[in-house]
Amino acid sequence: MIESQQAVSPVFGRLTLEALPLHEPIVVYTFVVVALIGVAALGAVTWFRLWGYLWREWFTSVDHKKIGIMYMVLGIVMLLRGFADAIMMRLQQAMAFNGSEGYLPPEHYDQVFSAHGVIMIFFVAMPLVTGLMNYIMPLQIGARDVSFPFLNNFSFWMTAGGAVLTMLSLFIGAFARTGWLAYPPLSGIAYSPDVGVDYYIWGLQIAGVGTTLSGINLVTTIIKMRAPGMAMMRLPIFTWTALCTNVLIVATFPVLTATLALLTLDRYLGMNFFTSDFGGSPMLYVNLIWIWGHPEVYILILPVFGIYSEVASTFSGKRLFGYTSMVYATVVITILSYLVWLHHFFTMGSGASVNSFFGITTMIISIPTGAKIFNWLFTMYRGRIRFELPMMWTVAFMLTFVIGGMTGVMLAVPPADFVLHNSLFLVAHFHNVIIGGVVFGLFAGMNFWFPKAFGFRLDPFWGKFSFWFWVIGFYFAFMPLYALGLMGVTRRLRVFDDPSLQPWFVVAAFGAFLILLGILSFLVQVAVSIKNREKLRDTTGDPWNARSLEWATSSPPPDYNFAFTPVVHDVDAWWDMKQHGYTRPLAGFRPIHMPKNTGTGVFIAALSVILGFALVWYIWWLAALSFVAILAVAIGHTFDYRRSYDIPAAEIARAEEARTRLIVAGAAP
Amino acid sequence: MDHEPAHRRLRLLRNLPVAAALMALGGCNFVVLHPAGDVAARQRDLLVESTVLMLLIIVPVMVLTVLFAIRYRQSHRRADYQPDWDHSIHLELVIWGAPLLIIICIGALTWMGTHLLDPYRPLTRIAAGKPVAAEASPLEVDVVALDWKWLFLYPQYGIGSVNELAAPVDRPISFRITSPSVMNSFYIPALAGQIYAMPGMETRLHAVANAPGTFAGFSANYSGAGFSGMHFPFRAMPAADFDQWVASVRAVPDRLDRSGYLALARPSSNEPVRHYAGVDPQLFGAILNLCVEPGRMCMHEMAAIDAKGGLGLAGVDAVLPRDVAASRPRAVFGANPAYVASLCTPEDPTAGGRPASPARLDLSPPLIGFGLSLPADLSAPASLTLSPVPAAGSDS
Repeated sequence: MIESQQAVSPVFGRLTLEALPLHEPIVVYTFVVVALIGVAALGAVTWFRLWGYLWREWFTSVDHKKIGIMYMVLGIVMLLRGFADAIMMRLQQAMAFNGSEGYLPPEHYDQVFSAHGVIMIFFVAMPLVTGLMNYIMPLQIGARDVSFPFLNNFSFWMTAGGAVLTMLSLFIGAFARTGWLAYPPLSGIAYSPDVGVDYYIWGLQIAGVGTTLSGINLVTTIIKMRAPGMAMMRLPIFTWTALCTNVLIVATFPVLTATLALLTLDRYLGMNFFTSDFGGSPMLYVNLIWIWGHPEVYILILPVFGIYSEVASTFSGKRLFGYTSMVYATVVITILSYLVWLHHFFTMGSGASVNSFFGITTMIISIPTGAKIFNWLFTMYRGRIRFELPMMWTVAFMLTFVIGGMTGVMLAVPPADFVLHNSLFLVAHFHNVIIGGVVFGLFAGMNFWFPKAFGFRLDPFWGKFSFWFWVIGFYFAFMPLYALGLMGVTRRLRVFDDPSLQPWFVVAAFGAFLILLGILSFLVQVAVSIKNREKLRDTTGDPWNARSLEWATSSPPPDYNFAFTPVVHDVDAWWDMKQHGYTRPLAGFRPIHMPKNTGTGVFIAALSVILGFALVWYIWWLAALSFVAILAVAIGHTFDYRRSYDIPAAEIARAEEARTRLIVAGAAP
Repeated sequence: MDHEPAHRRLRLLRNLPVAAALMALGGCNFVVLHPAGDVAARQRDLLVESTVLMLLIIVPVMVLTVLFAIRYRQSHRRADYQPDWDHSIHLELVIWGAPLLIIICIGALTWMGTHLLDPYRPLTRIAAGKPVAAEASPLEVDVVALDWKWLFLYPQYGIGSVNELAAPVDRPISFRITSPSVMNSFYIPALAGQIYAMPGMETRLHAVANAPGTFAGFSANYSGAGFSGMHFPFRAMPAADFDQWVASVRAVPDRLDRSGYLALARPSSNEPVRHYAGVDPQLFGAILNLCVEPGRMCMHEMAAIDAKGGLGLAGVDAVLPRDVAASRPRAVFGANPAYVASLCTPEDPTAGGRPASPARLDLSPPLIGFGLSLPADLSAPASLTLSPVPAAGSDS
């Protein structure tokens, strides 16, 4: 185990041919499959001469809608990777009984569960949530784009860059074997001398730049770019939750950045912030990482609460019950989320008073959360509920999430946490709230807003397959883990001694298989919808008879979103406009000033990936070179003065006329 | 929720023998719900009580969700459709008030339970209605989480064991827990809740076993490649059997001194059970303060010196190079492996193998750690004796 200091070549750093995991057949097969798919995809893009189109219309786009869609694509692609890890874990744990070692050796298995956590949180949940906020929020407030459109593009590419670096670790070197939060001393250089933790650090730091800047961008947008008449208490509820989430991002991601920077200093310069030698303390890291980590889960769940609110009121055909208390509940959760971090380590020997304080603050969060659940409930009360897919996901969420909420409060009681901490009960709890809360909500949101983004609805037949596989699969996969936790089974074990546990793990693996079918059904749903797009076409821009401003424009919206900035008189602005016989203006258009595309974000993010890769492998000349190049590109960008253009009034008139024709054609049969 | 019925059945069966409970569960051992120690049982009670309190609100919410979903579906076309109804002060009071009341109840339970079941708090009872006898002394066990095995030291008996823990039933056990390397969590579900084992820090746990038997103990915090094999049997036995067990351990030839410990501490997994008839009495203090290696300054000494203002620039050079071959990898731009050298004291003028210097340590007033209770050997001379101390009857 104790390795001698590795040689660092001046040219290649510590990168050698041995870094290629040729001895791991599973990784080799994965690489072959990924390479084949990659070559096929790149080949197709080249064959159909799509490079120019992709570059001009997507990669360099500063349009919040296109960036939002790119975030969603990133999240869904990474979901496949994160889920592959999940299936591998469930298989390993279902097999490794009765003296069997399973099929994964520890150095591989430990990477799998670490990568699963990191990818699912940072590169699946975060991009999907950010993507929806990016796409929907500016439309909901009647804006033409976000406050800083170039920054938005740059943020996306930095997030994608972090994902690329993390994915590289699969084929060059190895990922962290430390768990998803990389507690020292295990993540220190003494116990993790290889590149795994360095991939983790630089992957998250690069993505973190994107997340922080995107947070600043969206907060500014909501504060500064609302349509006239939209006072704060007339913000659509999804925008309120987006505001709170982005405030949380701006306030907490710098903590993550600083924590990882300290760990970097420990690992690269031999400092001792988190070692136990020379006066450092590993518990300092644990505190810091959870000061970021707990608000992080609210960063994910709050916008999703917003989605449920929009869906519940739209499909119940009613105003949202208790809008004001919903807003205050969101704000209270935002503030309280900073006061609970210690509940992640009650078992590290804090005193009883400290533990009680953090236990009780944690429970207090369940009060506004409970109020929200009741608000959705009474939004359904005396409504006319249409069980379209988004509403199905919402009801499934309400039934599932309360179980996760309950087990969460159980874990918040410190003496109970002492017996359940780090057990599979805990694993079941946070999957219960993240799948039953965040993922269900993302599916509700994707089914709800897909017609807005693409102009046609998602196929409900395959959507229902996806829904039932996910929901039933979730219960099969995680209810056994609750039971196993109560049997005292801890998480992250690779092999088991007690054969009586095996049936539970087999059931859990079956559940994971059902979820796999759910994911595949979703992909089929998208493919079938594209095929049948004419049949599923939304000509009105408002396929669900919905309530907020994004439905006031066409599906998909034009580049400029709204030909005339709407004026808001009510929380449900579009509903209010419809009630008052709003007619779409057909003349009198004026040129619209819009930001211009730029490739700078792509270039800086690509250079950042190279910088990260060089730092991971100790290739110092490349690190220096790419760092200088980043500065040069950034400075060069400041000399680009042609950053905007005007859409001429005639073009707007043409686009609006086309929409009129579409509406007429849609209404005709 | 599928554990819920099992849960309630267990409540009913609490006073029946373990075997009956196991049969009722069809062979599954819900040890967290049916532990063999008073502390774990009280933790379980709190778990069940808070669950029942929450079900008071969770069940109505789930029932109403299903009810409303069915009742107000569009195809029903009910006449009481109220598209603009969005506010009711009475309902708002209920939906904020009801969770608040329940959280007040659980919060009160939490405050009391957390203080009563604080792992640092010595036990006052060994079971419901059975207070700890005034003259009874708890069994002291020092726990060291190594990569990847557990070392247990019994300072009252001068013995030690690897990957096996034994204790008499109905006698309080007082654990002191630490780790020389990475974080682990010491957990015997049947006995009591877990507590972390962390380098340079001492955590405490007080617990008692109420029923004889062999129970699973393990690390509940992932600690590296050998983590899965890091488990041990916890044998709770009648007092007479425990005395016999101690005698059997004393009969083995092995002793554990500092060099033996350093060899044992090297990473290894799935270690068999091992016994030591004698253990260096200062070993645990040295492990806790990360100064088992000869010449290394103990953390409590360092803390005491720093609390007095430190050694200033004179302290900068007070490091000893570590044996490079035996040391762990270092940062690429970090200094060479080293540790802070212990200072010479009148008691130990050759500390660290260096010539005596006039530097002296004044360690009165008593040392206070960072919120940790005082290690047992703090009353000993400032610098621990570094040569292996022959334990009673040592043959090494």
